[in-house]
Amino acid sequence: MNPEFIINEELGKLISNVVKKFPSDKKRSAVIESLLILQHHNNGYVTKNIIKALSDYLSVSEIDIYEVATFYTMINIDPVGRNVISVCNNISCMLRGSDEILSHIEDKLKIKVGESTKDNKFYLKDEIECLAACNGGPMMQVNHKNYENLTLEKVDEILESVNDK
Amino acid sequence: MINKLCTETFGLKNPDSLKTYMDKQGYQAWKNIIIEQTPKSKIIEKIKESGLRGKGGAGFLTGLKWSFIPLLDGQKYLVCNSDESEPGTCKDRDILRYNPHSIIEGMLIASYAIGASVAYNYLRGEFIDEQWKVFNHALSEAYNAKLIGKNILSSNITIDIHALIGAGAYIVGEETAMLESIEGKRGMPRIKPPFPAIKGLYGKPTIINNTETLASIPKIMLNKPGWYKSLGVNDTEGMKIFSMSGHVNNPGNFEIALGTPFSELLNLAGGMWNGKNIKAVIPGGSSVPVVKGDIMMQVNMDYDSISEAGSMLGSGGVIVMDESTCMVSVLQRISRFYYSESCGQCTPCREGTGWLYKILTHIILGKGTQNDLHQLERIATQIEGHCICALGDAAAMPVRSFLKNFWSEFEYYVDKKESMVS
Ligand SMILES: Cc1cc2nc3c(=O)[nH]c(=O)nc-3n(C[C@H](O)[C@H](O)[C@H](O)COP(=O)(O)O)c2cc1C
Ligand code: SF4
Ligand code: FES
Repeated sequence: MNPEFIINEELGKLISNVVKKFPSDKKRSAVIESLLILQHHNNGYVTKNIIKALSDYLSVSEIDIYEVATFYTMINIDPVGRNVISVCNNISCMLRGSDEILSHIEDKLKIKVGESTKDNKFYLKDEIECLAACNGGPMMQVNHKNYENLTLEKVDEILESVNDK
Repeated sequence: MINKLCTETFGLKNPDSLKTYMDKQGYQAWKNIIIEQTPKSKIIEKIKESGLRGKGGAGFLTGLKWSFIPLLDGQKYLVCNSDESEPGTCKDRDILRYNPHSIIEGMLIASYAIGASVAYNYLRGEFIDEQWKVFNHALSEAYNAKLIGKNILSSNITIDIHALIGAGAYIVGEETAMLESIEGKRGMPRIKPPFPAIKGLYGKPTIINNTETLASIPKIMLNKPGWYKSLGVNDTEGMKIFSMSGHVNNPGNFEIALGTPFSELLNLAGGMWNGKNIKAVIPGGSSVPVVKGDIMMQVNMDYDSISEAGSMLGSGGVIVMDESTCMVSVLQRISRFYYSESCGQCTPCREGTGWLYKILTHIILGKGTQNDLHQLERIATQIEGHCICALGDAAAMPVRSFLKNFWSEFEYYVDKKESMVS
């Protein structure tokens, strides 16, 4: 059973504000931000039906939208845990101990990068590269909010304080 | 003593507010232009004269770039590149959240000078929680104050600025990939020429500048000719923000005179972490060659001095490494980055970055041989200069410089199957 996805009035308003940023014949430009909006309203991922609905709404082909959805790492096309954790382990953060932070989280949540916890509370995102907070390393984002100068204790506190939505 | 262009409001109360910015002569340069109806050519001349160089990585002269825009009427665009994602670089994120109005004013002046009625600021997707909100708020403040939009300050000038958000892709920082992304496509760099100044966004003439470049414009316009040049020291001109990260006591962003000795910058960042010795520095973001610590201590932070030391100033992301750092592990991490961020269009880049990462991982696992080291060099040579965009070169340069500067450490690793430092 795959119910059709409907872009309701509220979502339509948000998307039409995106469309307005571009020339009237360039609706395709609105695809990326629209996908982020729709994903936000669908537990963090987009489905085939969402892509279909956006395709109708913007008059952009489904394949063009699908290509964008798979190219950009922040758009998920599979279900993921409700709270997204991204640990940077690029070079500046690595020099300040990000590898230990990452393995600590893996042990604590009993998952590997790229996986979600059994209860679906957390998703430990993979392919995390530099998040432009290098002078705050080691750092991570939880639901896109930055936490910097991490220690193992801080990580415990932060994860324990995440209120489930 | 310290002059500030982009970081003036940092550390003030409500640094991002219109009021704070106005108190620091914010939007004065823009108002002068509107009132005096300054000819476009005069603005471009002044930026040319200032010697301002692009802060996004390539260091291209900003005034010269603007002068490439055709004088013909018709739609033109300005794009501000806030996709900041070069490892080690984190300056634009602070301008966006602590001094957003300097970016807006710089975008207005640049748009006016090149004749663009629409400008976009493209922020990387991961800025969605903080910088995106702050910048959008600043935009609406400026709209309400009639500094942007239709008939700005009752003139008949119209310039609209929109904020755009990305969704996670380093390659979108490359200017033509960014144009593709704004057009709603995958971020695949275009073949140049044609250059964006001739055929850019939607096929129209477009100028793309880095956030820090644009945020520097208002102060340059506000001051007398020669002022910006005079800020540099040791026979150098101008200013730059350096992001200090890695093994220093106080990592942070420092907007300093170009030409400042690296040793002074290191002091500003609190010196070496835990008092250890300096081993190596990557002076301009992960894409540029690594420099040995003792050599770096003799270098001034300017384009020529760093280039004489065999590297590049790049984006100003300075990554400092102490004696406990394993250079093999660092290079492996850098190679993973380029492998995962290659867009895959060019075979040498797509295949080559994969091989570099695989071989380095092989070495880390203790399975490497001397031959692998030569193989790394060969692959890097095959990538360099054979690709559509500079990502290929950016993947190759670190490999060659790490091997050249730390060959014995790589040799040790393949012989002993373990790191020289751990
Ligand atoms: C792979 C790659 C990534 C880049 N990333 C960025 C970036 O994140 N921010 C940026 O301003 N420039 C980046 N650049 C440089 C841009 O292509 C362009 O030169 C720059 O935005 C021009 O602005 P400027 O002249 O003001 O420096 C990147 C280039 C390449 C090849
Ligand atoms: S060099 Fe690499 S990233 Fe650049 S266009 Fe070619 S494949 Fe894409
Ligand atoms: S290296 Fe971790 S945020 Fe840049």
